[in-house]
Order: sequence, then structure tokens, then C-alpha cells
Amino acid sequence: MKTIEEIKAGIEAAVPGAQVELVLNPGPSAQHSLRIGPEKALAIAWYLRDEKELELDFLSNVTGVDWPEKEVAEKVNVTRTVTKTVDGVEQSVEEIVEETVKRVVPGCLEAVYHLYSMQKKHGPLVLRMKTENRSDKVTLPSLTSVWRSAEFQEREVFDLYGIVFAGHHDLRRLMMWEGFKDHPMRRDYVEPDDFEYEPTPHDEVLKRAAAHREAQQQTAAGTEGVAQ
Amino acid sequence: MSNAPFAKEFDFASCALRPEGWNRPPVMETDGEGELLEVSMGPHHPSTHGVFRMDLALDGERVIRLKPEFGYLHRNHEKIGESVSYLGMMPYTDRLDYICSLTNNWAYALAVEKLAGQEVPERAEYVRVILGELTRFQNHASAIGFLIQDMGASGTPLMYAFREREKILDLFESLTGSRMMCNYMRFGGCRVDPSEDWLNQVRVLVAGLPRFVDEFDRLLTSNEILMARTQGMGILPPDLAVNAGVTGPMLRASGVNYDIRKVDHYSIYDRFKFRVPLGEVGDIYDRYMVRMLEMRESLLILEQALKDIPAGPVIDPKAKNRGIRPKPGEAYGRIEAPKGELGFYLISDGSGNPYRYRIRPPSLINLTVLEDMCLGHNVADVVLIFGSVDIVLGEVDR
Repeated sequence: MKTIEEIKAGIEAAVPGAQVELVLNPGPSAQHSLRIGPEKALAIAWYLRDEKELELDFLSNVTGVDWPEKEVAEKVNVTRTVTKTVDGVEQSVEEIVEETVKRVVPGCLEAVYHLYSMQKKHGPLVLRMKTENRSDKVTLPSLTSVWRSAEFQEREVFDLYGIVFAGHHDLRRLMMWEGFKDHPMRRDYVEPDDFEYEPTPHDEVLKRAAAHREAQQQTAAGTEGVAQ
Repeated sequence: MSNAPFAKEFDFASCALRPEGWNRPPVMETDGEGELLEVSMGPHHPSTHGVFRMDLALDGERVIRLKPEFGYLHRNHEKIGESVSYLGMMPYTDRLDYICSLTNNWAYALAVEKLAGQEVPERAEYVRVILGELTRFQNHASAIGFLIQDMGASGTPLMYAFREREKILDLFESLTGSRMMCNYMRFGGCRVDPSEDWLNQVRVLVAGLPRFVDEFDRLLTSNEILMARTQGMGILPPDLAVNAGVTGPMLRASGVNYDIRKVDHYSIYDRFKFRVPLGEVGDIYDRYMVRMLEMRESLLILEQALKDIPAGPVIDPKAKNRGIRPKPGEAYGRIEAPKGELGFYLISDGSGNPYRYRIRPPSLINLTVLEDMCLGHNVADVVLIFGSVDIVLGEVDR
């Protein structure tokens, strides 16, 4: 298989205007990945599948990753003008001071695709796509039309992470039930106290009973007060 | 015996790479008489192998539309993975595909070893291969048994399979302490060293298993009812199988030569001589036959592994398991599980829990093509086609 840099160069040559970014994996597994821009993702996918030396015809794994907004503290060297007394004379001297700056990294959702070739028997190539944010701009192009194995897996990512795959012909929840509101695999998901709660006919009866009991207690307390 | 397997490999050059009808199953036409009947099959139908439901649209007995519905056994396994330590997740992986807990352990251990860059001692690799192939053997035997049971042969073939499975599970129990929830593999090796006595028991068992396969083969392979019910039924074309990410015996029954044991050479599979059975037609019969032949190949691997197993430690003494904190990074590790490609994708942020823990379930992805295989067949055949996929709901829904 070609090296990841060669694949990147190949994509840039074959798909004009494609945004491809190399994401290095610092771990020992050294499975580096390519982050592609969503605009040209389909063209890139077709290229990767049909290019004669790659023929990545087998999309093994599709998954989502949630990267919530986080605050990063960085130490920065800043040049400051400081007034100092040097040899008895007050002077303004420029000095390099180390300061901690807090920076907010915006959150995003990420879809990760692992590609192999059954024909050439090589792989994996890891593709990633990023949404703009985690709330309203969460649409990514679906690659189901290129590899059908993404069909259920993209539905699962939509269900559990909330990434909307444009162009998926049957984008419904896969695991959670219809009418479920949230996306449980997000890092900030808080499960409700009783998410299996369903109103039953008994609830009304119980409510009436509780109200009756309350009214009885009140009257009991009232009569007690009168007796004293 | 059929001459179908070992026949001809699917030639990728022979098919156009972009036929139009791939991405959706064809829309079936009714014959215009009578009305369309919508049936919800499952989740408590005995042939759905668990809590699986499919919505069928029927024209008489013919299936016009089929939509699988999942999630009845969903427990958000992946979310649990993010809040438990790496080692703490090992027993949970047993519960994915509960028929083959040892291969689940293996895939997870492999992914973490890739993530943390750990080595596995030679003896441990041999023990893993022995256990993995025993698991494959008992999975295929019971899968065939379930398939025949779905066909209406109530009991007998399944009990033949379970008789042998029981012997294998007894060995698992004496080594790991549990029959099905083994929790045996560790990062960098295995939990306990198998004694020579245990290995001898496996040797005796493996020496007797070819007799069982012969018996099973004689009982089933040329059975007229089995042939009538399965041949030409539920055909899966190889180009669709590749495109839909189908893996395992189902893919090979369609004639695509792709076995991860041969492709990735993970563990020590390059040391053993074994063949990859292939189907020619891609129907239920081929899937049955590929499993049957894979059982024989597993026995070959077992014989070689039991002969060559070296002495030595079964786990790297420096390997860290409890409180392991891999360096930030990610890894995707996969093995050829009995049902197909089982992969684990892990992202580490340097803490004691995985930042992201993802399972690539072969059972779920093999069901992508269920509708394509079932269209136009009768409901009774849907049961068989579904049975021939060989799924476990614990893994489908996770």
C-alpha cells in the first residue's frame, strides 16, 4: 500500500479543491489518518475506491467521536514593558514574562471511517470528517452510496451522536426507540432519572389517591386544632 | 460431498465496480391481486435467535419488503466502556457474542496491545490460537445445528452439535473457571497457564472431533430436505457482499477469498497450514458447507498448535493490566471471529479509561444485506436465510 502522504498527494491531484489534512497518531499503533473536508468527501470516496493502486472496496468500520468544547491552558511568553529601578534611575525595560493563557477549543463531532481493500488485501486507511460544531451544524455527507456497509453504521452514529448524514436514504434511529430525544453517546449526556417512564392508567388513580390522602390529613389536622 | 467449496475464487476483475442497483435493494412489484399484508416478525419469534424484529410486507407468501429493527437488547455497551478502566472492560466483552467469548476477549486484548504497544509471549499466542479455534469449532457446529433446527428438524442435529460443544465448554471451564463468560485473555498474554494435563485433554478431544464432523457430514450434507430447502436460496452476489462489508463465512460462501487470519497474519497464524474454504453460488447451502469445512480446517490448526506449543511464560511479566494508561493515540485491532471481522477501535487520552471504545460488530453489519437476500422468497425461507447469517443479538444490539 502507498504511504499516507502519497495517498494525500493522490487525492489532492485527482480531486481539485479537496481539503485533506494529515492527522498523525502519536501512539505506538501508528495508524495515521486523513481528515477530509465534507464538501468534496463523496468525490474523494469514489476516488479511493476506484483508484487502481488503492481499490479500497471494503469499508470496515464507521464510528463517531465526540469532542466537547474544552479549555486549554497554555504557557505563552509575552513581552511586557516594566518600570524598573536600575542603578537608582527609573527606566522602562522590556522583559519576557511567562504567562498562562486560557483558550477555548471549540467542540465538534467527528465521523471516522476505516477502509480496507479486499482485492489488494491491504489497509487500513483511516478517514475522518469533522462537523462545524456540536449543536446546529452537524451535517456531514453520507458515504452510503459508495460503500453500503455504512448504511447501519451511519444510522447508529446518527442515533448515538447526532451527526446528520445528508444523502442517507433511510436515516432513522437504529438502537434507541423512536421519539427518544437525546444522543446518549455524547460526553455531556445526562441520563434522565426515569427514562423508561410511561404514563399508565394507574397514575391517575394514584394521583387521586394522593390528593384524597392529603385532604384527609388536612381535615384531621383542622379538627384537632378545633378540639384544643 | 459437494464439490462447491475450494472451487473457484471470485474474480474481482470480472464484475463492474459500480453497478447501479447496489445501494438499495430492488423495489419488488406485487402481482396486483389481493392486498399487501404487513407482518411484524419478532421480537419474540423463536426463529429470530433472540430479540430481533423484522417488518415484512407480504404479497401472499412472497416477501416484498423487509426492514430489520434493532435495539431490543441495547445497553449502550460503548458508553459503559468509556467509564470503566481498560481491564474492567474485559469481562463485558464476554457478553457481546456470548457463544464465542474467547474471541471477543482476544480482539479486545489485541486492540489494547496495539494501543499500548505491548508484546505477547509465544506460549500465550499458542494458547490464544488453541482457544480461538476451539471457539470457532463450537460456534460453527452450533450455528449449523440452529440452522437445521429452524428448518424443522427439531432437536437431533442441534443435540449432536451441543454434545461436542459441551465437551469444549467443559475444557473452557476447567481452564478459565467459566463455561461461556471466560474473561481469560489479558493485555500481553493470558490469565492462567494451562497445565500439561489440560493440554492433553484438548489433544484427546481434538483427536476425536474429526469423527464428529464426519458423522455430522454424513447426517446432513447430502440430506434431501436440506438440499431442497437451501440450494439456490438466499443468494448473495459477491460484489454486493464486498460493498456491504459482509465478512466471515458468509463472505467466503459468496466466493470472496478474504480471511483476516490470512490477510493480517495477526498473532501467529502465518505458522500454520490451513486452507480457506470458498463457496461458489453464495446460497444457504454454501454458507452451511463453508462452516462445515472451516470446522475441519480449525481442527488442522489445532493439531499443529497442540504439537508445537512451547514452554514459557503465558503473560509478559512486565505487562501492565491493572491501571494501564496507554499514551494518547488510537488503534483499530481486528480479528477473524467465527462470525466475521470483529474489530475494536480505541482512542486513549492518556487516562485510565478509554476516551472512545467502539466495537465493529460482524453480526450487525452482516445483516445489512438481509433484505436483498430475502426478497421474493417465502416467509419460511426468510427464517432459513436469517439463520444462515449466524448472528447473536448480544453483539448486534450491544
